[in-house]
Amino acid sequence: MSDPVLSLQSASLNLMGNAGPVSILDAISLDVHGQETVGLVGPSGSGKSSLLMLMGGLEQATSGRVTALGHDLTAMSEDALARLRRDHFGVVFQSFHLIPTMTALENVAAPLELAGVKEAYDRAEAELHAVGLADRIGHYPSQMSGGEQQRVALARAAAPRPDILLADEPTGNLDSSNGEAIIELLFGLRERHKSTLVMVTHAPDLAARCDRVITLTDGRIADTAKSTGAAA
Amino acid sequence: MSLRVAARFAARELRGGLRGFRVFLGCVILGVAAIAAVGTVRESITQGLSQEGARLLGGDAEIELTYRFATEDERAWMDSAASQVSEIVDFRSMAVAQNEERGLTQVKAVDGAYPLVGDVELSPDMPLKDALVGSDGLPGAIVHPLLLNRLDVAPGDIIRLGTQEFRIMAELVAEPDNVTAGFALGPRTIVSTGALADSGLLAPGTLFTTRYRLDLPPDADLAATQAQAEETLDDSGLRWSDARNGAPGAAEFVDRLGAFLVLVGLSGLAVGGVGISAALRGYLSGKTQVIATLRTLGASQRVIFLTYFLQVGALAVLGIALGLLLGVGLPVALAPVIEARLPVPAVFGAYPGPMAEAALYSVLTVLIFTLWPLARARDVRAAALYRDALTLARTLPAPIFICWTVLLFLALLLAASYFSGTLWLTLWTAGGILGSLFLLVLAAFGIQALSRALRPRMRGRPALGWALAAIGGPGSTAGPVVLSLGLGLSVLAAIGQVDQNLRGAIERDLPDQAPSFFFVDIQKDQMPGFMERMESDPGVSRIDQAPMLRGIITRINGQPAADVAGNHWVLEGDRGVSYASARPDRVTVTEGEWWDEDYAGEPLVSFSAEEGAEMGLQIGDMLTVNILGRDVTARLSSFREVDFSTAGMGFILVMNEAALAGAPHTFLATVYSDAASESAIFNDVTRAYPNVTAVRVRDAIEQFSGLLAGLASATAWGAAITLLTGFLVLIGAAAADQRSRSYEAAILKTLGATRARILAGLTLRAALLGAAAGSVALAAGVGGAWAVSRFIMKTSFEVAWGPAIGVVVGGALISLLAGLAFALGPMSAKPARVLRSAE
Repeated sequence: MSDPVLSLQSASLNLMGNAGPVSILDAISLDVHGQETVGLVGPSGSGKSSLLMLMGGLEQATSGRVTALGHDLTAMSEDALARLRRDHFGVVFQSFHLIPTMTALENVAAPLELAGVKEAYDRAEAELHAVGLADRIGHYPSQMSGGEQQRVALARAAAPRPDILLADEPTGNLDSSNGEAIIELLFGLRERHKSTLVMVTHAPDLAARCDRVITLTDGRIADTAKSTGAAA
Repeated sequence: MSLRVAARFAARELRGGLRGFRVFLGCVILGVAAIAAVGTVRESITQGLSQEGARLLGGDAEIELTYRFATEDERAWMDSAASQVSEIVDFRSMAVAQNEERGLTQVKAVDGAYPLVGDVELSPDMPLKDALVGSDGLPGAIVHPLLLNRLDVAPGDIIRLGTQEFRIMAELVAEPDNVTAGFALGPRTIVSTGALADSGLLAPGTLFTTRYRLDLPPDADLAATQAQAEETLDDSGLRWSDARNGAPGAAEFVDRLGAFLVLVGLSGLAVGGVGISAALRGYLSGKTQVIATLRTLGASQRVIFLTYFLQVGALAVLGIALGLLLGVGLPVALAPVIEARLPVPAVFGAYPGPMAEAALYSVLTVLIFTLWPLARARDVRAAALYRDALTLARTLPAPIFICWTVLLFLALLLAASYFSGTLWLTLWTAGGILGSLFLLVLAAFGIQALSRALRPRMRGRPALGWALAAIGGPGSTAGPVVLSLGLGLSVLAAIGQVDQNLRGAIERDLPDQAPSFFFVDIQKDQMPGFMERMESDPGVSRIDQAPMLRGIITRINGQPAADVAGNHWVLEGDRGVSYASARPDRVTVTEGEWWDEDYAGEPLVSFSAEEGAEMGLQIGDMLTVNILGRDVTARLSSFREVDFSTAGMGFILVMNEAALAGAPHTFLATVYSDAASESAIFNDVTRAYPNVTAVRVRDAIEQFSGLLAGLASATAWGAAITLLTGFLVLIGAAAADQRSRSYEAAILKTLGATRARILAGLTLRAALLGAAAGSVALAAGVGGAWAVSRFIMKTSFEVAWGPAIGVVVGGALISLLAGLAFALGPMSAKPARVLRSAE
């Protein structure tokens, strides 16, 4: 088997709460391989999103080791992490997190501009076409519905053709029909760019579309299962 | 009922602390403090002048005569009215040292009774009488240290005034009645009047002023004594002052400067108002959910309005109280420092007048700037709870609130013009502030539109692109930043431009056109020699000379002059009067006819056209002018152009020769020469004619520039407060914006932006906004300064590029500073935590 694109070895995350340190993740060890799709499930507060954040270098592990594409994320500076994300990651959030002062086109072009891609805007426009928002490219996030905003977020995550796609409950804020459309788009983009996908979800049927489903409880991996109904 | 409920809600909300109101409070405190401080200093000086009136005046009352001593009858009246009378003669002269150094001096010749009030301080310490007696057969002189330095002499040396020598007995440390002296060109020399008898300086026709200080009985009624004096000595050209206002010139100057500074302070309050409004809008925007919940629970619009109105009211009262404490406390605490720098006495304390004035301005300003946001809060509907965009509606408030805002603004205007006493200046200031605000609002919209338009062109330059997106996109802080910073900078730019232009006009324009010297008090028999010396000098390009007398216009068409022409400056004291037979070459008659060369009929007068028009004079009017105690009534036969801007010879009144030729008089000459010849001309004339006073125009300009610099610095301090308020508003805007900046930075980090790039974006955004605000402020300031220069100062105007660039760069720097102060948080925050807290 090829080397894992994401690897966690005894990675823990403790945060300082009002009443003292709180353990969020406890000695997680996990490998994710290229082009694999992984679903992270578990009850609220089990540490799913925090695990995803550790994988993307958006949160620093308190102990243990996290590597992505051979880079040790725990030893990298903020800026080195940012550059790594720029070149290899795409992230989709439950709350979309579009930049409110930028139009849809500008939001999608932002990571490409950061990477110094010359045809950033052409590619951004193509991605918006791909998610069905050709007529919304000049709109600001506040002028779009939740479903539309999430599609912009998907286009933004896919635009740099990332090696790894991280999705944190991408349908959590959407109704079922919008949610389904987003999932189709997400898996379609993953397929198109041959990306690895790690997705946090509460929906069992959505998790079932992944190659592997990891269940977290109280910051620990409770179960890892090969999915039976993996989608393409 | 609703008031009680609202009060309870308001109290509960305020229980949470003042977090959302720091900028609000800061703006109120600064605005109130600035105005209260100016008012307190002004009132302290006014009190000082009033309490020390007799000392400043040198007696309980003073009668001033021009060009002559009191007649026997006049002196008899003074002796009868006063328990003691002191006579002082004041004039300019040249002091000449034995080393032949020469300097202009303002001579005060006194009698044995001087000073009636206070003491003259000398160094070495000795009684004034002993010092004036002199030693070794020479009368004594007391000389100001500046003149001692200029002439390179010391006590014990000899100086000459006219043809009389004096022994310098002491250095003048302080004279009790100095404030009334006004703008003096030369440092002071005090001698005894008796010693001047043979000096040739007080010959008939020479320029001098006599002041008779009266020590009145303790129970004397000043107003009644003044009325009696004016009735008894009717038409003698006297000017009366008394201890009720011992230094009228100083009091008026302080009043005007104070009023002007309060108006500058009001512009600071307007900047504060922008901050108050922005802070309240930000606070209420965060309260939309609370308001919507209260509306869901059945709260009426009135309850909502009152809930937040009461909060604003409570905070405004707190802010005003703290502002008054600061504004009054600071001048009182710094009293010794301020007193040491003031040329006039001051009694520092907490005066209710200025405090009430500052509080009134603040209450009105707070109301004007908070009514609209409060009215919008009142319009929030319960449905806002379920909307995605929880923002306050951007519609106009109900008409009643618009009416109230207009009424409150008019009340503010009324209050400002009442307290400043200058309706026009208030209207100009208000117009300037409103015009600037309007321009700045337009500019804020323009900058946002331009940013949106430029954004597509900045592709491939992410930092610049983000900066433009932040300026042009939704939630942009361009409005409050451009308004607050722009208004502060506009005031500063206008002051800078006016100041530079005035100095420029003096330094740049005058040397080309102005004479090098004024020679005053040339006797008729000295004129041929004087003219010969000038005409034979190849360095002299032009000589103007005219007979010179001084007179006071007392009546116009038989009516007291003030009743006809009000308080026009021409009527304030004595004016130069000349006479001529044929029309001089450079004179242009604008209306009426110049008299024939040999005209000898009833006296005729030619009047300056501009001043004549201002005073409402017409051809044929009869003007009575008191010259040397004698009334000359002349018919106004022509108006002519008089240009004072060239500093040349300009007489308001010129009469026909026969009307004045008999009166004793001297000649005034202006000499235009190249710089190389100046020194020789000065030495030759002052040596050959010791009685003649030479005023070097360059020295006068230098002194005037110094006075102007003082005024400009006082005004700049006022403007600095405005700018400080603007900076506070900027800090507030930056603080309010910090959450969205952190959010944006977290997303950008997720997308792969390094901290340097994010910082570059934030820096560019702040600098661009600041520079834009500075540019607009510069346009507004230059426009304002042009209007002031053109219509009020009546000087030419050129943009002073130094201060102009300073304003734009300063704007960018200030905005940058405020922006960067709040950039550290967004830079250091972990993206995951910021994004999670935003969910």
